Parts: sequence; C-alpha cells; structure tokens
Amino acid sequence: MSLSVEEVLKIAHLARLELTEEEALKYSSELTKILDYFNKLQNLNTEKISPTFHALKVPTPFREDKVKPFREIEKILKNAPQAYQRMIVVPKVVKAP
Amino acid sequence: MAEIELTELTILKALELLEKEKISSTELVELSLEQIKRYDPLVKAFLYVDEEGAKESAKRADELRKKGYPGKLLGIPLSIKDNICIEGLPTTCASKILQNFIAPYDATVIEKLKKEGAIFLGKTNLDEFAMGSSTENSGFFPTHNPWDLERVPGGSSGGSAVATACRMGLGSLGSDTGGSIRQPAAFCGVVGLKPTYGMVSRFGLVAFASSLDQIGPFGINVEDTALLLQIIAGHDERDSTSYPLEPPDYLKFIKENFNLSYKIGLPKEYFEGEIDPEITKALENLIKLLKKKHQIKEISLPHTEYAVATYYIIAPAEASSNLARYDGVKYGFRYREAKTLMEMYKKTRAYGFGKEVKRRIMLGTYALSAGYYDAFYLKASKVRTLIMQDFVKAFEEVDLILTPVTPTPPFKLGEKVFDPLQMYLSDIFTIPVNLAGLPGISIPIGLTQNHLPIGAQIIGSHFKDELVLNLAYQIERQLNLKMVPNLLKS
Repeated sequence: MSLSVEEVLKIAHLARLELTEEEALKYSSELTKILDYFNKLQNLNTEKISPTFHALKVPTPFREDKVKPFREIEKILKNAPQAYQRMIVVPKVVKAP
Repeated sequence: MAEIELTELTILKALELLEKEKISSTELVELSLEQIKRYDPLVKAFLYVDEEGAKESAKRADELRKKGYPGKLLGIPLSIKDNICIEGLPTTCASKILQNFIAPYDATVIEKLKKEGAIFLGKTNLDEFAMGSSTENSGFFPTHNPWDLERVPGGSSGGSAVATACRMGLGSLGSDTGGSIRQPAAFCGVVGLKPTYGMVSRFGLVAFASSLDQIGPFGINVEDTALLLQIIAGHDERDSTSYPLEPPDYLKFIKENFNLSYKIGLPKEYFEGEIDPEITKALENLIKLLKKKHQIKEISLPHTEYAVATYYIIAPAEASSNLARYDGVKYGFRYREAKTLMEMYKKTRAYGFGKEVKRRIMLGTYALSAGYYDAFYLKASKVRTLIMQDFVKAFEEVDLILTPVTPTPPFKLGEKVFDPLQMYLSDIFTIPVNLAGLPGISIPIGLTQNHLPIGAQIIGSHFKDELVLNLAYQIERQLNLKMVPNLLKS
C-alpha cells in the first residue's frame, strides 16, 4: 500500500495541518512504510469477531445533570489567545448572509 | 540538620524520619531542590521547577505536622509529569502549542495527593503529548538517562523516571498509554506501575488515547509505589471510565501476604525473537529463583505479534480526535497573522505541533477516514478483541504473567528517532497490557555489563493490582538490589 503525496495533502487538510512540500514528501514515504507494516493485520480472519472500543465493559454511568459553579473563570480567560472583558476573541466563523 | 543521604531515602523512610522529627519537610524539600540544581542540568528531567511553591508547602506541612494533621504523604516531595494539571502551574505536555498554558484546576490525582500533604517540586519532561518511547519528542529538549547520559531514559514519562532515579523528589506520577510508565521505569532502574484501566481517575490528565490512557506512580521501591497507588486510586464521577470500586489497602496487602505463592505464566511469544541476551539471562535467573516458591508455567498469547500494528492504529486514531481541540481558538498557541479561519487552524497546528504528533495525527486521520475506516480502525479494534481474549484464556490458567519490559536496554539518543517504525516496535511487550486494560508493573532486576538497568514486567488480570504489587514486592525483597546511578555517587 502506498500513500501518494496527493493523498497525504488530502489527509493533512482533513486534519487541519499545513504541510510544506518537503514534509508531504517525507510523510508519503514514512506513512507508506508504516501502513505496509499495518497490513499484517489483514492476515487475520476477524469476520466473526466483534470489535473492542473499551478495555472494560462498564455501562455508561448516569448522574443528575446538576449545574455546579466554576469559580476560576479568570484563570480560564488568561489562557485564551485573545480575550475581551469576559469573552474570548475569535476570528469570524460564519459568513454574513 | 541530621545527616540525610537522599539515596538512602524512600517515601516510607522519610515519613518515619519526619514523624520522629529527625528531619523537617523544609529540610527534605531543600535537599531535593539542591539535588535538582546539581543533577538536572545534566539529565534535564524537569520542564518547570516550582521552588517557591515547594518551599511554602513544606513550611505549611511542618506546621500541620506539629498540629497532628494525619496526611499520609505529609511533607513528601514528588514530581509530576507535565500532562497532569496542577492548578496555577504550567501544563505544557512538552508541546509548543501549550507552551503558555497555566492549569486552571487540579487533576483528581493532584487533589488527592494534596489532601494527604504531598509537595510538588515541579513538572517533568515527556515526549510531546506522551507520544514516544524516548522523551526525544519533547518540544523543548530531550531528557538523558542518569545511568549513561548518552542514552535515552525511555518515554514518554522519561522525566518522571529520571527524577525518581536521581532522587529529585521521592516519587512521581506519569501516564501510560502503551508503556509510557513501565518502559522508562525499566530504562532508569525504578519501579513503575500502570494500574488497571479505570482504577485511577484521568480527570485533569491531558487526553492522548482515551481507551488506553492511565495515570500511574513511579517509586524508588515497590512499597512506595503501592502507597502512591493507594492515594490516587478510586472512583471519580468526573471520569466516566473510572470504575466504581473501593481499592484495597495495597501496602497492607503486600506485607501481610508476603508468603503467597502464585501460578506464574511465561508467554512464549515474549521470550522468542530478538531480545538482548543480557535481558534474557537476567529473566532466566529470576525465573530460577521464583521456581523455589512459585509454580511456573509456559503459556501462549498467540496474537502478540499483532499488538504493535493494532496499537499504532487505535492510539493515533483516538489521538487525532482528541487533539482536534488544539485549534488556536480557546487556549494555547494561535497563529495570529492568518487571514482566514482555515489558515489560522492549519498554521496554528503546523507551528504548534512537533513531527511525531503530526505523524500520528496523520496516521489516525487516515485510519478513520472514509474508505479506510473498515480496513484500519475497525480491523484493529477487532484484533484488539483477540488480544484481550488471549489474556482472558491465560488468566484461567495462571494468576500472574512475567515478561521482559523491553527487548533491549536503553538505546542511544538519536539511534531510533529517525525511524518511527523501529521506535514503535520497541513497545512490543508493554502495548498488549494497555490494549487489554490490565495492570502491569516494571521492577528492576539487575544491570547489564555496561551498568544499564534491566526491568521485568508483571501483568495481572483486571483489578488484581494488589497481586501484581505483591509478587513485585517479593521479588524486590529477594533480589535486594540497590539501584543508584553512578552519576549520584560521584
């Protein structure tokens, strides 16, 4: 299995990563090598095997949806790249109609 | 001040000295900070040292002790891996994307340690976002192995293992997703435990691969490790995977059951293949010793050879999703000159993440993307079932499983970092334990001729952490090794 530079760039877009041409080339060969190694899983017949997504089978725990105050809002705002009063400033996400 | 040699101390011994007023916490913390000043420039285990905070906490601990406060770790200095949040201190995950992040709250494990009076000296280095096996992937600088400064300490919790080995603090907390506590413990000659999945709350641990991540302790010996687990274990409603179970008294259990004999399984797949002969020899000697008291049985975990491929699909897949939150919007680094939102996302992540993190995000995104999900992520999740079933069958025959921790002793800095697949393959013996959610410990069992530590891994079935600790304690007492790097003796 090989991963072309084009495919690498497509995945990078999905992952929201900007890659230089040089990086894309490097990832293409590196990831190809790793994916080749992953191919060994295809040797196993797993037709009747159900997948495991969690190591322990614990039912989803439910609890009351209670609001608890968080008193450290200032500390959270301090981590924002840009803040104004009690708001985080972000670039415009929606287009004007 | 009484003459205290840090290399003679453990947490339990220090507690005894504190209790008898032979030493104060202030003195103990001063000694630890001096140790950091002397050795950390050589090994670079710490990303942040909170000198003032530690001294203040020590003063408070001394006052509390006078008042009779019953904290189980009152006045004991520890270090914490820098992906676990301590309120008011940086939590960077050794990533430039979180370089200026100050934790707004305590992780549950930190709350618990604080309640018992523990003191935090600082935050330790790791492979960026815990992705790596050598601590060379830190976004800031690599950590060096105190047994040989040209070699890696292992990873990803390399800083925590080194800090403990160098007595820069009497113990540490790390996290283990595919071996990140056990492998550096083996490389640095300390004890490292990955508890059963669900045993310790991950609230406040920066997520890497949520179905595999587990916080666990590093100790100078097994008793200290058991005590640390005692304090951090237990149910927490803030982590929905935390298991509703009251942990037993581990320290009491291992001491009271010192004479228990076990059926110990040796999985043949872990002893075949390319293993360093000195590691094989050390394990053979250990097995000889164990045969006198325990029943040893060869077992098979037939899907072992598929574990690395399975893990390196599942872990990056989960990581690619978990790390989507680092987008420059709410916290962390933001690329400010972007003209569009898309450009901001892409450049923020391009500049903020290091090579290995990007590589795994790419792998994970690929494995989850349309057209490849079935062949990669779903397939790996099915093989995970087979790997788990191997263990279930094995634990019908034996109580515990004994294996090497790593196929080789600590390798040199730069030796594997340019070949990701080779680096991934070095995790072969630790990964299956995470895939199955089992408890596993690494304990030192000897040194190579070049004076590099060798570790052994003991694996138990779900929630049998106390059995794992018990056998580890028995082995430790019998071998009676004193693991102190030469660096500290000079």
